[in-house]
Amino acid sequence: MEPLRAIFSAAFGYSLLRVSTPLIFASLAAVVSGRAGVINIGIEGMMLAAAFAGVAVSAFTASAWLGLLGAVITGIFMAMVLAYFSLKLKTDIILGGIALNLLASGGTIFLLYVLAGDKGISSSLPSKVMPQVPIPIIKDVPVLGEIFSNHNVLTYIALVSVILLYYFLYRTPLGLRLRAVGESPEAAESVGISVHRIQFMALGISGLLAGLGGAHLSMGYVSWFSRDMTAGRGFIGLAASAMGGDTPQGALLTSLFFGFADALSNYMQSLRVPSEFVQMIPYLATVLALAIYSRRQLARKRAAHRPSQKGVDPVVAHSGHH
Amino acid sequence: MKGEIAFEVLRTLVAVALALALGLLIIYLVSEEPWEAFATLVTGPLTTTRRFGNFIEMAIPLIFTGLAISVVFQASQFNIGAEGQLFLGAVAATMVGIAFQLPPFLHVTAALGAAILAGALGGLVPGFLKARWGANELVSSLMLNYVYYRLGLYIINYHFRDERAGAMVSFRLAETAWLHQFWPPTRLHGGLFIALAAVVLTYLFLYHTRWGYALRMTGINASFAAYSGIAVGTVILYAQVLSGGIAGLAGGVEMLGILRRFQWQMMPGYGFDGIIVAILARNHPLLVPLAALFLAYLRTGADIMARMTDVTAEMVTVIQSVMILLVTAQAFLQQYRHRAVVRATREAMA
Amino acid sequence: MPDLLRMESITKVYPNGVVANRNVTFSVQAGEVHALVGENGAGKTTLMKILFGLEQPDDGTIFFEGRQVRIPSPHAAIAMGIGMVHQHFMLAPSLTVAENIVLGAEPRRGPFLDAEAAIQRTEELARKYNLPVDPRARIRDIPVGMRQKVEILKTLYRGARLLVLDEPTAVLTPQETVELFAALENLRRHGHTIIFISHKLREVKQISDRVTIMRRGQVVGVARTADVTEADISRMMVGRDVVMQLEKPPANPTHPVLRVEGLRHYSDLGKEVLRDVSFVVRAGEIVGVAGVEGNGQLELAEILTGLRPAHGGTVTIDGVDATNMPPYRLRALGVAHIPEDRMTQGAAAAATVEENLISDRFHRPRFQRAGLLLRKAIRAHSQELIRQYDIRTPGPGTPVKSLSGGNIQKVIVAREFSSEPKLIVANQPTRGVDVGAAEFIHRQLINAARSGVAVLLISADLNEVMGLSDRLLVLYNGEIVASFDQADQVSEEELGLYMLGLKRRPPEAAAS
Repeated sequence: MEPLRAIFSAAFGYSLLRVSTPLIFASLAAVVSGRAGVINIGIEGMMLAAAFAGVAVSAFTASAWLGLLGAVITGIFMAMVLAYFSLKLKTDIILGGIALNLLASGGTIFLLYVLAGDKGISSSLPSKVMPQVPIPIIKDVPVLGEIFSNHNVLTYIALVSVILLYYFLYRTPLGLRLRAVGESPEAAESVGISVHRIQFMALGISGLLAGLGGAHLSMGYVSWFSRDMTAGRGFIGLAASAMGGDTPQGALLTSLFFGFADALSNYMQSLRVPSEFVQMIPYLATVLALAIYSRRQLARKRAAHRPSQKGVDPVVAHSGHH
Repeated sequence: MKGEIAFEVLRTLVAVALALALGLLIIYLVSEEPWEAFATLVTGPLTTTRRFGNFIEMAIPLIFTGLAISVVFQASQFNIGAEGQLFLGAVAATMVGIAFQLPPFLHVTAALGAAILAGALGGLVPGFLKARWGANELVSSLMLNYVYYRLGLYIINYHFRDERAGAMVSFRLAETAWLHQFWPPTRLHGGLFIALAAVVLTYLFLYHTRWGYALRMTGINASFAAYSGIAVGTVILYAQVLSGGIAGLAGGVEMLGILRRFQWQMMPGYGFDGIIVAILARNHPLLVPLAALFLAYLRTGADIMARMTDVTAEMVTVIQSVMILLVTAQAFLQQYRHRAVVRATREAMA
Repeated sequence: MPDLLRMESITKVYPNGVVANRNVTFSVQAGEVHALVGENGAGKTTLMKILFGLEQPDDGTIFFEGRQVRIPSPHAAIAMGIGMVHQHFMLAPSLTVAENIVLGAEPRRGPFLDAEAAIQRTEELARKYNLPVDPRARIRDIPVGMRQKVEILKTLYRGARLLVLDEPTAVLTPQETVELFAALENLRRHGHTIIFISHKLREVKQISDRVTIMRRGQVVGVARTADVTEADISRMMVGRDVVMQLEKPPANPTHPVLRVEGLRHYSDLGKEVLRDVSFVVRAGEIVGVAGVEGNGQLELAEILTGLRPAHGGTVTIDGVDATNMPPYRLRALGVAHIPEDRMTQGAAAAATVEENLISDRFHRPRFQRAGLLLRKAIRAHSQELIRQYDIRTPGPGTPVKSLSGGNIQKVIVAREFSSEPKLIVANQPTRGVDVGAAEFIHRQLINAARSGVAVLLISADLNEVMGLSDRLLVLYNGEIVASFDQADQVSEEELGLYMLGLKRRPPEAAAS
């Protein structure tokens, strides 16, 4: 079968990494905020706004790197808005995130019209894309080179971010504090850690990562901005983070899974299946994976009740309920 | 208690005023003719009968989606899938409107029944996943928007598409399935009364039936509800199904009353607007029409502004999102209130 | 001796208008153990939150070591040398003992956390103050007594010279309390000053040098502990003499209502929380379950009321197998439940008194027809309950959250007792309520039992469980380790030995 062969081709592997890149950023953004106990529903909007900022800034400065900077700053700025409203003004953080998504969706169209005179796409703007980077040595290895070399620089940044975030969370004092804040804010507060400050910081990092993801969409994945181009990737990132157990490494794996669904749908465009169904694949995959994941979580909880342990500590048993 | 309500009203008004001021500022920054643009935004809907009609027409789907979101919010659930459910409802009503030949009243009833059913099924999926396995309804309902949207497009494009029409639209609905437009030259239609009936019915449901009571108690405190013997999973399920049904009805009414042939190529956005309507109405069905009218006024004004001046209508989403942020900000203006309480208490103590 | 701390004319008004502290002046001398006593809601905790920077006073000044200070945050308090051991432990369960201790002031190696140094520092401190802990263990795996030691070490690691302990003995057995007091003596020898918050007057007499008594947000007395009796303090706390003795007519139990056999339960983490628990409660008697919190009491109560699954064994109610029945079926069988945590389970704070009173019966024909609620019947019913149970509320339409703790508890009691129960499971029924309401609830429990209801009373308050129960069970480590057919024949000290697992009665005796 044609599609099957396509899946096992090196080109598919390359495309898998490419389409997974924004999902990796989105899921890492979800991990870092989730671990600090602040759910960031606004990742979608932050990515979208950053994608727009990348195009706009790179078009006006004629520099892709300045465009990237603009995208990242936009992501962080939006995250700070969310942090200010949810932490200082006590806006429900989920509603706040929804508001930001709305703001980004309408705001980018509004600004696109102001800058490019079009409400759909930025093709009239001379925006730049981030460079593709051949990896020395690997690029000459037959299959491996085709899959792993010559990606957009942001793809490599995404992979490095997974490692950096891992070390940050588990090996640094700040990471320890962040995890403590997320798990037990009172405990953190009681030793003088400012919960708000840590959560501000976590949302800031989350915005930064979302900004990188958005930049990849408009300055790597494609070379323009179009309305609502994130198409739910921020939310897929949230799902990926939850399914990955809120760890960077888990988020990477689940992002690759959703990337696979996405890449698959791209490959199937050529088949005679109605395009509407093909385009459903990534979203259906998310819903299905979420359902299976939740079901397994529940089953695992039940399985834990099998009578096998000895030497029970009464206190431990109590700890789950308060 | 009275003071609390007065404070809430005041806080909402200040938030709305601030959001509008921000809108003005943005208009001022981007427009060549800012005052004209702002004047159009604020007074546009009242300038002609047709525009006034547009304003009320726009409120109709917002009332429905506002109710749909209020129902799930009262159960402390999320439904950001109202958008997709509305889309499904519109597609279902279109199918019945085109494929069947029925006497007038019956045809409308059948089409709207199909819309409700389609929307309810759309809400059943996230509701079931949540109630049964605890799958986060926020993510699932949002992802399903994309699924329903493409499913709907597939049905229209492959089975009901009018090839002779230039654009990607469906055949016309049979006239027997139309909701009467009763006030030409506006397009105000019978859907308005269906919407108002829905307001009353939703109110009665939430505050005067045992199921509404169980839903509200689950929303206020789910552990308490479970402890009291309320089947929380069932409540979550029917809250989502009911919400989906109302959203589906919104889509059906739009088809039968205004569009009369399916012509959406994108999701119309009413589902997300329903969130702000519900927030402004504090999830109370009887306040939903007020909030919907307000938002519709703003939207209509923005559309007129976009046509008459150089400012695009999307500016309104900026105002809308700032409103969500400020209205739901519990600490917004709270410090003034606290100071007043301290002062009052101190005087009472002295 | 000079004052180490002086809080002067402190006033604190909460946003809901409650005056938690009214012109409070409180001072502590260097090197003393100072007890701060008062009933729940007297304002002790608020005062200490202000001292620790968790709340800001609306008025008043604080002097520490002779200087006027402002304490804007816990961080500032810690920097001054103030440490707080909260009533509910402030520890992150998935982190280790050492990680919890160094959290916020971590030893580093380069940009990284120095895990080895953290363990070493923990061990040093534990040795110096004689508070042995396992630095590598995760908090969720260690017992309550050790968690408290971690809390104390946490404050010492940060250089605290003034330690505030908020009801530290509430979660301890009598034996663990002895250990704690030894540790406190030791700390005092090392030159530390201690504020000891409690309402257990015997402990106050035992450990403190001076005592400050608070009532309704005000200080009503300061004394050298040696100069006052327990009765003196008690009178100042309550404003009147309290009679702790309850009149209890002798029990006349009839047929068994609740029969529990071989009950087992495992936590989400797979730990065994209840092990082969068997007992009977008969109509007309109160069976008390004593034990240190966290030994399976919550789980037992929730299994009996359908909120948690049994993983083994059977529950029979009035001859019907009720194992793992959902709450609505258990309620139909006549099971009422006063839950441990009234705000998370017992009541819906934002709902009205009336809505809270009908939550278990709104579906009965008396209150709805064809799904429509009968507002008049509901209103009449709730007014009747408000009157009968003396619930102090402006009306049935008032949100429950604006009532006092005692009155919220009365709402719950009114609902549960008026459901015509055959079995009442009462878990900590008077925790955190004022003396008047507690007395009322105690009387209701006795009346219910004497009118033929089977009552299972679970309480960590020894006075309560010993005073009310006809028979007594002791739960330790998920097992019933002792059973007494005459609750009044066992002493508090002896009970303590069972509660700590130092002694047990053979199961034959327990199965009586």
